[in-house]
Amino acid sequence: MFRKITGVAMYGLAALWLFPLVWAFWTAFRPRELAISWTLSPDFTLDNVIKVWNAAPFAQYYLNTFLIVTGVLAVQIVTATLAAYAFAKLRFWGRDALFILFLVQLMVPADILIFPNYNVLRDLSLLDTKLGIMMPYFASAFGVFLLRQTFKTIPHELEEAARMEGCSWWQILWRVYVPLARPTYIAFGLVSVSYHWNNFMWPLIVTNSVENRPLTVGLAIFAQSFETGAQWAEVSAATVMVIFPLLLAFLLFQRQFINSFIHSGVK
Amino acid sequence: MGLEHRAKWRINIYAWLLLLPSLIFLVLFTFYPVLQTVILSFYQADLGSPEPFFNGGDNYRIMLEDDVFWKVLTNNLWFALGTVPTSIALGLAMALFANKALRGKGFVRTAYFYPTVVPMIAVANIWLFIYTPEYGALSHVMEWFGHGGMNWLGDRTNVMFAMIFMVIWKEAGYFMIFYLAGLQNISKELYESASMDGAKPWTVFRRVTFPLLMPTTMFVLIIAFTNSFKLVDHLVIMTKGGPDNASNLLLYYIYETAFSFWDQGMASALTVVMVVILLLVAAIQFFGLDKKIHYN
Repeated sequence: MFRKITGVAMYGLAALWLFPLVWAFWTAFRPRELAISWTLSPDFTLDNVIKVWNAAPFAQYYLNTFLIVTGVLAVQIVTATLAAYAFAKLRFWGRDALFILFLVQLMVPADILIFPNYNVLRDLSLLDTKLGIMMPYFASAFGVFLLRQTFKTIPHELEEAARMEGCSWWQILWRVYVPLARPTYIAFGLVSVSYHWNNFMWPLIVTNSVENRPLTVGLAIFAQSFETGAQWAEVSAATVMVIFPLLLAFLLFQRQFINSFIHSGVK
Repeated sequence: MGLEHRAKWRINIYAWLLLLPSLIFLVLFTFYPVLQTVILSFYQADLGSPEPFFNGGDNYRIMLEDDVFWKVLTNNLWFALGTVPTSIALGLAMALFANKALRGKGFVRTAYFYPTVVPMIAVANIWLFIYTPEYGALSHVMEWFGHGGMNWLGDRTNVMFAMIFMVIWKEAGYFMIFYLAGLQNISKELYESASMDGAKPWTVFRRVTFPLLMPTTMFVLIIAFTNSFKLVDHLVIMTKGGPDNASNLLLYYIYETAFSFWDQGMASALTVVMVVILLLVAAIQFFGLDKKIHYN
C-alpha cells in the first residue's frame, strides 16, 4: 500500500517536473493569438521561431556560447589533470596547505566575486572579451578533486610498467591515467558544459557587444525588450531555442552521462 | 645523501610546475580579488569621490545601519532554509525511486534531471509565465480551487515562496545524481542480510541507506548552501529584487550596489560579508560536523 502511494506520488512528481518544459514548447509553436488561451487545438506554427531568429543575432550568440563553453572546458581539463596528478601521486613540500587553498575555491566560487573580478578584468584590459568571460573559470577545484579521486584508484604498478618501457611523464599521464579516468572526464565535462552554458551574471557584467555576448545574456536582453507578458509566444520561442541544443544533447547521451556520473567516483 | 636530496628536489619542482597553471588562475581570480576587496572595503570609492580615500570602518558602519542590507541577509537565510533541506530530501527520494527497477525508469530520471541543463535565465522566462496573474498556468490551476486572483510575484509574502519552489524544481534532480552515485557504493549484501532479518523498508532506510549516504549528504549540503547564495540570475528577469526588496538576495544587492549605484567601497564591504558567511559554513563543516567525509 505504502509502496503504491509513493509510486504514484513519484510518477506524479515527474509529470509536474515536466510541465514547464512542455508548456514552453507548446506556447512556442502555437500561433501567438492563442498563446494565452487554454484551448486544445491542433494549430502548429514556426512563425514565432522564425520571427525571433530574425529579430536578434541568435546565430552569433550560439557561436559565442559554443566558443566559451569549449574554451573553458579545454583549459580546465589541462589544468585539472596536471594538478590532480600532482595531488594524487606526488609527495611534495606544502601539499596539504595547497590542497586547502584549492578547497577554498569550492566555497568561494568566482560567481560571488563578480565585483572584484570585474576590477581584475578591467586591470587586465579584458572587459568585453570572450577570454575575459572564460578566464575566472580556467582553474577548477571541482575538477581537480574529481580527477584526484580517480587517479588515486589507479594502481602504481601501471605507471611503473609504463616507465620501464621508457615512457616520459606526460606519456604516462596521457596513455595510462587519462584513458582510465574517462568516466570522470565525461562527468566533469557534463557539469562544466551545463554550468557555462547556463552562466549569466558574469557575462552580463563583462560584455556589452553582440560579438561577445553568450546566449543567456542575449535571451535576457531579448525578453526584456518587450512589455511584460505581452509577447509570450516570442519569448517562449526564444527560450526554447536557447535550451534546445543542450537539452537534445542530454537526451541523446543521457544514459552515458548519468552512468559516467555514477561511476566517476563522485561521492 | 646528495643523490637522494636531489631526487627530492626534482619531485618538488615537478609537482609545483604541475600545479602552477591552476595556481595562477586561482590566485588571479580567487585570492587576489578577495584581498583587494578587503582593502577596498575600508575606502570610500563611489561616484562622489573621484579619488578613493581611506574611511576606516565607515562602509561597515553604514552597512549595519542599512535596512536593505538586513533585509537581503534575512531573505537569503529564508531562501537557504526554504531551498536546501527540501531539495536535498527530494533529490534523495528521486534517487531511491529512480534506482529501483521500475517501468519507465529512464523517463522518470530524465524528467527529474532535465531542469539542471536548462539555463536559469530560461527557467525565469518560463516561470514568469507560470506565475503571471490571471493568465498564468498557476492562476488557472488555482481557479479550480477558487483562489484565482492570487498575485505571486507582486506580493511581498508570496514572492519568496514562488522563488523557493522554482529553485527546488531546478536543483532537486541535480542532487539526485549524487545520491544515485552514492547508492552504487552501498553493498547489496547489506540489504540482503537486512531482508533476511525481516527488517521493514523504513527501518532499512533509517539504519542502512541513510547513514551510509551521509558523506553524499554532506557534499550535497555544501553545494546546495553555496547555490542559495549564488543563484540570483532569475531576479534580473522576474522581480529585480522587488516588490520592495521582498525577493532581493545578497549577491543581487552586491550587483546593484556595484553596477547600478557604482558604490565600490560598499560593494566591497558586502562582498566581504558574503565571503565570510561562506567560509564560516565551510569551517563548520570541515572541522565540526564532518568527521566522516574524507577528501584523502
